[in-house]
Amino acid sequence: MSLSVDISCALGGFTLHAAFEAPDGVTVLFGRSGSGKTSVVKAIAGLLAPDEGRIVLNERVLFDGANKVKLPVHRRRLGYVFQDSRLFPHLTVRDNLCYAARVSGRGSPSPGHVGELLGISHLLDRRTHALSGGEAQRVAIGRALLSEPDMLLMDEPLASLDGPRKAEILPYLETLRRETGISILYVTHNMAEVARLATHIVLIDDGLVIRSGAPDEVLTDPEVVRLLGIRDAGAVLSARVAAPPEDGLSTLSISGGRLFLPAVDAPVGAALRVRILAQDVILSRARPEGLSALNILPVRVLAVRRGEGPGVIVQLLAGDDRLLARITRRSADALGIAAGTECYAVMKSVAVSQTDIAVGLQSGI
Amino acid sequence: MIGGLGPEEWQAVALSLKVSFWATVLSLPFGLACAMALARGRFMGRDVLNWLVHLPLILPPVVTGYLLLLSFGRRGPVGEFLENIFGITLAFQWTGAALAASIMAFPLMVRAMRLAIEAVDPKLEEAAATLGANRIAVFRTVTLPLILPGIIAGAVLAFAKAMGEFGATITFVSNIPGETRTVPSAIYAFLQVPGGETAALRLVGVAVGIAIGALILSEWLSRRVARRISGT
Repeated sequence: MSLSVDISCALGGFTLHAAFEAPDGVTVLFGRSGSGKTSVVKAIAGLLAPDEGRIVLNERVLFDGANKVKLPVHRRRLGYVFQDSRLFPHLTVRDNLCYAARVSGRGSPSPGHVGELLGISHLLDRRTHALSGGEAQRVAIGRALLSEPDMLLMDEPLASLDGPRKAEILPYLETLRRETGISILYVTHNMAEVARLATHIVLIDDGLVIRSGAPDEVLTDPEVVRLLGIRDAGAVLSARVAAPPEDGLSTLSISGGRLFLPAVDAPVGAALRVRILAQDVILSRARPEGLSALNILPVRVLAVRRGEGPGVIVQLLAGDDRLLARITRRSADALGIAAGTECYAVMKSVAVSQTDIAVGLQSGI
Repeated sequence: MIGGLGPEEWQAVALSLKVSFWATVLSLPFGLACAMALARGRFMGRDVLNWLVHLPLILPPVVTGYLLLLSFGRRGPVGEFLENIFGITLAFQWTGAALAASIMAFPLMVRAMRLAIEAVDPKLEEAAATLGANRIAVFRTVTLPLILPGIIAGAVLAFAKAMGEFGATITFVSNIPGETRTVPSAIYAFLQVPGGETAALRLVGVAVGIAIGALILSEWLSRRVARRISGT
């Protein structure tokens, strides 16, 4: 199961040329607003016609410019979750959920399992205007899922929601991925969502795919930090819960050692993903002592990238995992940090917030 | 006397209701097609269609009636064709009155429907397509339910307009009692004879009542369109 895209399309200000593969799992299409992400998704769904190229989903040709193949939108079997939920205002939640079954003549199955998965079973008889933003978006996701699509396209599904509402939906998306096993193409420019959901990342800038691969590789590539945004740059680590919480801290094991982080609600042995921001990591040549920070990992410097500003981005290897640290150029020079340097990465436990920890997902599945 | 109206008056009211009913019902599909084309269509001649639809609103009704007579009269090109092929005669028949009424009411019907269609968010139709609905299914399950109140509002307005149509009707099909003498024609006829004022006044009451009723109904329906589309 995979989606293969290779399309060109003249848009208002620039030409979009997107070529990438989306394997099983959650492929995140990441880029700044206006980089052409939404146009790619629209082209895949058939809502926008590329000038040329091919779009193939599981050996099913959706679009082929050379052979004049253009499957109409309703026959592409792609569930599309829009930024605005686009629920039908004249239908109840139940009828919205069962819409696809109704138009395809499959009768009206009960939204049972999907309803429970998304926590919307109690809303079935409501009118759509009575839903909160988060509820409406969950119904929209359920509606798309119940159309039994081959793949789910999600175009910034959380962008129109405020912080708490976002946090409310993210766990549902993680559950969805785990329980249904459906492949998802997820568009966002929010790093937290990338870190929590992505099993594959496609970076897009000015209409071009500039990097794609597993999150731990792409996110810790110093060259892409400029695109990700310096404040959002950071690594995503795979971790396991090593011991139950003590003093409000959980002990996690990673390939390069142990991490003490704010208590995680997961049993011992559970797989986690932890996002560690580059700006939360301090480097030390000697093993520091008498320091309040609990997390000290021996690391080796892989690369140092100097930018325009006062800071440098240092790519580190801790065990098998890559980390990023953002330090000043002055410190890097003073400490003699260069590729190959052995040193220690220091992190405060409380620097990692709960929203940076995803339960039950490992990168690279 | 039935319901305070004399037999002649009652006949005019009954005929008006019949004429307006058929004028409305038969122009509904054409009205909806025109409204869809004007609201959504991107084609050459869209402006021309818009002018044509609105022409009866601004032309003197007598002119519209005379043009109808020229084309749909016994010796008019369309009239001759209809009579020879289908055996349908429109001139000086109640069916002609219905045609005149429907043409005069057409702009109002199309306007109301067009407003309703334009208020529908095309994004909802896109969403329906991604869920597997083809164009016909999208129209049937999303567009039509959302604009239904607008369609009814347009029909009600058209009905009221048809009830009041006078100029084009009298020019095209004259003023024949029992055949083409609708309420307005009857009022006009009563006013031409001495002592006809009371009968005319009763019909005026009927006409005013129907017009106000239709206006209230159509306003209420328009508000329902807005509510339905906003989902409240």
